[in-house]
Amino acid sequence: MHKYLVKRMLMMVPTLIGAAILVFSLMHMIPGDVCALRYAGTGGTFDVNQIEQCREGLGLNRPLLVQFFDWIGGFFIGDFGTSMWTDRPITEEMGPRILLSLQVAIMATIISIFISIPLGTISAVKQNSWIDYTVRCISIAGIAMPSFWLGILIMLGLLAVSNQFLGYGWIPPIQYIPPLSDPIGNLTQLIWPALATGYRYSAVATRMTRSALLEVLREDYIRTARAKGVIEKLVVNRHALKNSMLPVVTVIGIEFAFLMGGLVVTEQVFNLNGLGKLFVDSVTNHDYTLTQALVMLVAFIFVVMNIVIDVIYAWLDPRIRYS
Amino acid sequence: MRGLIRAFDIAEAGRNKVMNVATTTVDAAPVEKTFLQKLGRMARRQPLGAVSGMMILIMVLVAIFADFVAPHDPVTMNFIDQLAAPSATYLLGTDELGRDIFSRIIHGSRTALVIGFVSAFVGATLGLVLGVTSAYLGGLFDLIFQRIVDIFMAFPLIIMALAIVSVFGSGVGNVIIAITIPFIPKCARVVRSSALALREIPYIDAARACGYSHTRIVLVHMVPNVMAPYLIMVTSFVGQAILLEASLSYLGLGVQEPTAAWGLMLRGGAEQFFESAPWVAIFPGLAITLAVFAFNLFGDSLRDALDPKLRST
Repeated sequence: MHKYLVKRMLMMVPTLIGAAILVFSLMHMIPGDVCALRYAGTGGTFDVNQIEQCREGLGLNRPLLVQFFDWIGGFFIGDFGTSMWTDRPITEEMGPRILLSLQVAIMATIISIFISIPLGTISAVKQNSWIDYTVRCISIAGIAMPSFWLGILIMLGLLAVSNQFLGYGWIPPIQYIPPLSDPIGNLTQLIWPALATGYRYSAVATRMTRSALLEVLREDYIRTARAKGVIEKLVVNRHALKNSMLPVVTVIGIEFAFLMGGLVVTEQVFNLNGLGKLFVDSVTNHDYTLTQALVMLVAFIFVVMNIVIDVIYAWLDPRIRYS
Repeated sequence: MRGLIRAFDIAEAGRNKVMNVATTTVDAAPVEKTFLQKLGRMARRQPLGAVSGMMILIMVLVAIFADFVAPHDPVTMNFIDQLAAPSATYLLGTDELGRDIFSRIIHGSRTALVIGFVSAFVGATLGLVLGVTSAYLGGLFDLIFQRIVDIFMAFPLIIMALAIVSVFGSGVGNVIIAITIPFIPKCARVVRSSALALREIPYIDAARACGYSHTRIVLVHMVPNVMAPYLIMVTSFVGQAILLEASLSYLGLGVQEPTAAWGLMLRGGAEQFFESAPWVAIFPGLAITLAVFAFNLFGDSLRDALDPKLRST
């Protein structure tokens, strides 16, 4: 088991190094360099010395390899560089925002699990019935609907409902409420973006649950269970569902790793100051050092999630654990 | 459309002939059916595919003839009729600059479809060639190429696209580049797995024995045989590209004003005034959803039709 884990972790190292090379070369592919583009992007007048200073500050005058290893080396001591826009260390920019994004991501994943597994199961059990078709339509619609539009619709719905029952229009507050000081306020604020993101991500997991369960339900041991008189509810819940969970775990895990992509737009709609919004702001402000660091963070989350999925796999399936 | 039906026919024929691959005699040509009959057969087999195909066809026609279909000019501002509610003159109302939303949605379909088709087609085609080459050559090239694909797969589409936009800037051309690049490895991975099986079939050895060049074997002998996964990828990419373009434009990093684009219409005024003028926020999103829905559904039906392995699930 330990050997297996160590092996999996070692396999992730090349991916991370590759991602670093990719991000680094992308940012160095800019015609001119990041400083020139950064000041060209502002549109105003500027001093040529400013560009020189910027280059000096970022160490762009040094050889590429030195720059690369300096940048990579920084990760190991928690130094992601300095933001080109605010001049503050990137760790300081990210720090307070990570909690908010993480909370929304976890809530969205929970919502997505609560939507996808029951819907996928019922859809597989009642295959080719109207329930099945409805569920499939719901999940295809989930993939087709942009989450920012769903966010706007949720806010419109909230306004309509609150106008009806409270007498005034209520939308979630913009100022972030920390979960420890006001848990209920925090929940009423973050449940909506989590819902918008979670519904979208539940779509793929629902389809995966359905097809995995359909496959398992055709196995011999399911027929045996039915033949010995186990009631259908137990056959589905105990015998089939557990064994069909492996691919679903992968899908949910990968989606959790990719939630940052969903948060990029959802945080914009609900005006939440999380990592997604920080990413969009960094691109808008031509803040290349911050963009670089955030893209690397996404790759890192992906790699870590893959290891987590492997651990869950080994835990769910003894065949992997003992091999 | 004709190409698609042909692909469908090939898949159909392939399924029927699976049992007698060894026979060398050429079957007598079946009675040639008319185009309409084939279309009808396809519609009966895949009713959802036919419906979504119709939706796509209508969208394409609307986009081509946008100038004739749209009742108003999509960019002319009209400060008398700002945020007008839907009425006979303005079918879906107007936005905060008094522009007709219905006309902007119609012209927006042009932006969405051009970006969608171009990036899906270019991305999938490059992926197709690279994926088949990778499978054909094998060895070190395959190993390195697959690791590169792994790296690209570590990023969600939108993060990759945003990173590319941050380097190249926004605007229609750059948005197409930003959406195309992450599609290439995605398609290459899928196509490679089909091509790997293909490489083991003796006719590739035969082609090699004939002394054909690698380029010829890849392009003439292998690529046509992985058309089914390629077509499925292209369709699903169009939907994803439309969604991605809408997201980028919504974030202000995609298509720029005053071009009519669905994502752009949901930005700014739509968010500011959605309480008093919900139509500004509702209809463009509905257009995105319907378009992506149609392409996804069509892709699904295409997969059912072309890939018998996936039929049962």
